[in-house]
Amino acid sequence: MNYTFDFTPVLAAWPSLLDGIIGTLRMSSLSMVFGLSLGIVFMMMRMSKNKALRAIAIGYIELIRNTPILVQVFFVFFGMPALGIRLSGEQAAILAMTLNCAAYAAEIVRGGVQSIRPGQFEAGRALGMHAIDIYRFIVFRPAIRAVYPALCSQFILMMLNSSLMSSVSAEELTYFAQTLDSQTFRSFEIYLTLGVIYLAMSQFFSIALGMIGRVYFSYPAK
Amino acid sequence: MIRQFGSGEFLFLLEGARWTVVLSLLAFFFGGMLGLAVALGRTGKWKWLRILTATYIQIFQGTPLLVQLFFVYFGLPLLGFKVDVWVALTIGLSLHTSAFLGEIWRGSIQAVPDGQSEAARALGIGYMHRMVDVVLPQAFRIGLPATISFLVNLIKGTALAALLGMTELTRSGQLMANITFQPLQVYGAVALIYFIICVPLTYCSARIERRLNTAR
Repeated sequence: MNYTFDFTPVLAAWPSLLDGIIGTLRMSSLSMVFGLSLGIVFMMMRMSKNKALRAIAIGYIELIRNTPILVQVFFVFFGMPALGIRLSGEQAAILAMTLNCAAYAAEIVRGGVQSIRPGQFEAGRALGMHAIDIYRFIVFRPAIRAVYPALCSQFILMMLNSSLMSSVSAEELTYFAQTLDSQTFRSFEIYLTLGVIYLAMSQFFSIALGMIGRVYFSYPAK
Repeated sequence: MIRQFGSGEFLFLLEGARWTVVLSLLAFFFGGMLGLAVALGRTGKWKWLRILTATYIQIFQGTPLLVQLFFVYFGLPLLGFKVDVWVALTIGLSLHTSAFLGEIWRGSIQAVPDGQSEAARALGIGYMHRMVDVVLPQAFRIGLPATISFLVNLIKGTALAALLGMTELTRSGQLMANITFQPLQVYGAVALIYFIICVPLTYCSARIERRLNTAR
């Protein structure tokens, strides 16, 4: 092995890497917020008594969970213009990640809702509450609390998956790294640095989100 | 003359799908063997090995698969290996698989009640037989649903091979979309093929999981 490592071009490009980190965080957090909201809608459809709604939700969730996110984003980015909707790389990335996240979030949150004892729902109904109010005031918070760690992993997974969005020229971390690679040809150093940055980000979020969860869900549950 | 997306084009996608399946199976096979070693190291008695394997798992779970693949692809030549892209991909995906299966199987090994290996030890059965004859068969049952789910993830993960230029299913889709200018139909068909490959596995995994839960 006679290769001289040279990290100077990588380190010199720190402003663009920082832009990339910001882009990655922007896209993954937006998609997480949208995806979780949409996922809750799908979860309620999935658990509703209406057979058609349930079938749609199951079909959607299984379709998303059994196809690669890369194909999904290609479908959105290259396919949508055929329908007359032109999206920028970042818009397509956020849309695809939202649609993807919604399916996973729906299943995660469903697990949380199913962990709530039926007595809670019955109590709400006995008080004459509407189904949506039962979710909003009784079920929702303990359900999210029960699956909070899974949702955090989902966010980290989304952040890692957002690296694929470079392929539709969404300006996130991997995109800038690839640009840098084509300018400097320091592939190995660049991807090593990239790995370290992603690792640091996922470690940071797994600790930080865990702490936020402990504070936010610290009310007595029993 | 622009080609239309028809049955011949669909067959081209199926040709690509063959490589998706081959790549997944190779990575699952090699990754599974290495993953077993990782799981045993992770649950073994040497502390340094536990820390080493835990770090190994952390690194693969904390970085994107795409970066791992690029890293292997560009890293191997530095070590003096000139390899084809599909060899680099097999190695990259196998390493990725080994970390994830290692973590899944660590969980299953630890889920086997302690009494089992204590009883085996009390009977004077050595590590090798204790693992192969007592602990692993039970861990296998517990870990099966998660292992199959991971295989689905792996099959979906092989789509990234397209970004390194290997002509598997997704790359065939890209090529076909460029020829036919019908991205909606082409990527729809690509997604459908992945779906058909993955759904039976997902179904299997869910079924086994339900059976295990009721058995307990």
